[in-house]
Amino acid sequence: MSESLLIAALLAAATARGAAPLVLAALGGLFAERSGIVDIGIEGKMLASAFAAAATAAVTGSAWVGLGAGLAASVALALAHGFACITHHGNQVVSGMALNITMSGLTAVLGNAWFQQGGQTPLLGGGGRFAPIQLPGAASLTGVPGLGLIYGEVVSGHNVLVYAAAAAVPVVAWLVYRTRFGLRLRAVGENPGAVDTAGISVAGTRYRALVVSGVLCGLAGAYLSIAHNASFIRDMSAGKGYLALAALIFGQWRPVPTLGACLLFAFADTVQARLQGTPLPGVGVVPVQLIQALPYVLTVALLAGFVGRAVAPRAIGAPYAKER
Amino acid sequence: MNESRESRSVAAWVAPALLPAINLALALALSAVVIVLVGENPLRALRLLATGAFGNAEAIGYTLYYATSFVFTGLAVAVAFHGGLFNIGAEGQAYIAGLGVALLCLGAGGWPTVLVVPAAVLVAGAFGAGWAFVPAWLQAKRGSHVVITTIMFNFIASAVMTHLLVNVLIKPGQQSPETREFDPSTWLPQLAEVAGALGVEIGRSPLNLSSLLALGAGALVWLYLWHTRWGYELRALGHSEAAAVYGGIVPARIVIVALSISGALAGMVSLNEVMGVQHRLLMNFPGGAGYVGIAVALMGRNHPIGIVLAAILFGGLYQGGAELSFDMPKLTRDMVVVIQGLIILVCGALEHALRGPVEALFRRSPAASQA
Repeated sequence: MSESLLIAALLAAATARGAAPLVLAALGGLFAERSGIVDIGIEGKMLASAFAAAATAAVTGSAWVGLGAGLAASVALALAHGFACITHHGNQVVSGMALNITMSGLTAVLGNAWFQQGGQTPLLGGGGRFAPIQLPGAASLTGVPGLGLIYGEVVSGHNVLVYAAAAAVPVVAWLVYRTRFGLRLRAVGENPGAVDTAGISVAGTRYRALVVSGVLCGLAGAYLSIAHNASFIRDMSAGKGYLALAALIFGQWRPVPTLGACLLFAFADTVQARLQGTPLPGVGVVPVQLIQALPYVLTVALLAGFVGRAVAPRAIGAPYAKER
Repeated sequence: MNESRESRSVAAWVAPALLPAINLALALALSAVVIVLVGENPLRALRLLATGAFGNAEAIGYTLYYATSFVFTGLAVAVAFHGGLFNIGAEGQAYIAGLGVALLCLGAGGWPTVLVVPAAVLVAGAFGAGWAFVPAWLQAKRGSHVVITTIMFNFIASAVMTHLLVNVLIKPGQQSPETREFDPSTWLPQLAEVAGALGVEIGRSPLNLSSLLALGAGALVWLYLWHTRWGYELRALGHSEAAAVYGGIVPARIVIVALSISGALAGMVSLNEVMGVQHRLLMNFPGGAGYVGIAVALMGRNHPIGIVLAAILFGGLYQGGAELSFDMPKLTRDMVVVIQGLIILVCGALEHALRGPVEALFRRSPAASQA
C-alpha cells in the first residue's frame, strides 16, 4: 500500500516537473493568441531563451543573470514577431515558423562556435542553476504518514520556476478576466475594430500581449536549460513549444483548462517514460511512441469537434489595418 | 482599386526578379552578422559556399539531388498557398509516403524496374495524399485550422514511424532502426546510368530519375493551377472565399483536392530519398525538407519556375554548407538552417515591409504623377 502511494507521489512530482514548462509557454501563447496573434513561434522563443540562459549562466555563474538573458532573448523574438505581424501586417504563421527555424539553426551554430562541445553549453553547477527548494516544514513532516509523503515529495522539493508556473495560472486568470488590460486584450482578439473605435490602440495592446508572451515563453525556455537540466543541448525544446500550443488549444484558450491540458500531457509523458514496455493489465504492452502521440491526437480530435469544441479568438490570424 | 493600379504601373521585372534578389541579399546580410559573431569572414564563407555548391560536376550533382526534394516540397506548399491554405505538414506527408514506398520496394523485390517505378510514384502520391487528406477533410468539413492539424500530424507521423521502425520494420539482429536494404531491381535508376546508356557521360552523384520527375511535377502543377477549372477555383478561393462562393465554387471540395495534391507532391520526396539514394527506410529521412519547402515556395513566389530556381538555390546552400563546414568548422551545417529561416522571415513575414518602398522606387512616371 505505502509503496503504491510512493509511486503515485513520484509520478505526481514528475508530472509537475514536466508540466511546468508547458504551463509557462502555453500561458505565454494565451496572451498572444487572445490578442489575435497566432503564436506558432513559442518553440523558437523557448529555444532562444534556453540557449541564452544557459550560455549566460555558464559564463557568469549566476542563474538569475542567465534567466535575465533568456527573458531578453525571448522578448526580443516576440518583438520581432510583432514588427512583422503587427507593424507590417505579415503572415503570422510564416513569421512564427521563420523564427522557429532560425532559432533552431542559430542556437546550434552559436553554441558550437562559442563552447566547442557540439552545440552543448558547459555543465552548470552551484549558483548557475536553480536548485530544488525544500519548503519549510518538509523535513519535520516526514514522519507523518500520507501527508508527510505528499508534502515532502509532491509539493516541496521543486525549483523556483515550477512554483512560478503554479503561481502563473491564477495570476494570468486574474490578469485576463479581472483587469482593464485583460478586457482590452480579449476585445482586441475578438473585434479589433470596436477597440479601435473606443480610442484604444490595437497595435499597442497586441505589442504588450506579445511582450508578456515573450516573458512567459522565456521562463519556460530557461526552465529547460538552467533549472530542469544543467546545460543547453541542441534542439532541447524538442517540440515542447508545439505541445504547449496544443495544450492552449485543448484548454480552449482559457488559463485553468490549459493548466489541465498541460498536466494531462505531462502525465502521459511521465507514464510513458515509466512504463517502457511494462505490460498493462488487459491491454498488453502499449508502444511508448503511441502514448507520445496521444496529446497530438487528442488535440486534433478536439479541433475537429469530436471531444468538445475549440473556438479560437475571432480575429486570430488577421492583421488589423486601420481604415483611413 | 488604387493598389492594383499602382502595382500595374511598376516595371514588370521588379516583383519576380528584383524583390527576390533583394530578399536574398538581406537574408545573406543578416547571416553575415551571425558569421561575424562566430568569428569568421563572411565573404570567404560565401565564396567557399558557392564553390562547394557549384564548383565542379560532382558538387552540382549533389546540389541538384538536394534541390529535387525541395522542388517537391516547394510545389506542395505552393499549391496549398494558392488556396490560402498553409500546409506545414509536408515533412510528415513525405515521411509517411516513405513508408509506402519502402513497403512496396520490400515486397516487390525481383519485379522489373519499369514496373516498380510507376507503382512507386502512385504509392508515394497515395500515401502522401492520404496523410494530408485527414487535415484537409477536417479543415473543409469541421473547420479545424489546417496549420495546427498539419503540425500535429507531423508529430503523429514521427511517432508512428518511430514505432514501426523500432518495433516492426527493423532488420532483425540490427541495432539501428532501419529496414533491410531493398532489392537492387527496385532502386530508382541513377541519372548517370541512364545518361550513360544513352551515350552521354555525366559525373556520378546521387542524382536519380526523380529529378526529371520533379521537373514534370512542376509542369503539371503549372497546368493544374493556371489551365484547369480546379486550379482556377483554387486560386479564386485563395483570393476571396466570399467571392468564390458567390461564383458557385464549393470550397470544401476544392480544399480537399488541393491539400491532397499538396500531400501527394510532398510524398514524392520519398522517391528521391528512399528509393533513389538510401535504398532503405531510415529514421527521419525527410530531414527537414518539408520545412525547406516553405522557404522555397515563398522565395519562388509560388510559381513552378520560381520554385525550381529557389530549390536549386537551397540545394546549393545544403551542399555548399556541408563543404563549408569542412573548411570552417565553426560554421556547422546549422548555418544553412539559419539562412533558411531568415529567408522565410524576409520573403514571407516581411514581404509587405519591403515591397512597398521598392515598388515606389520603380513606379513609372505617369502613374507617379497620378498618385
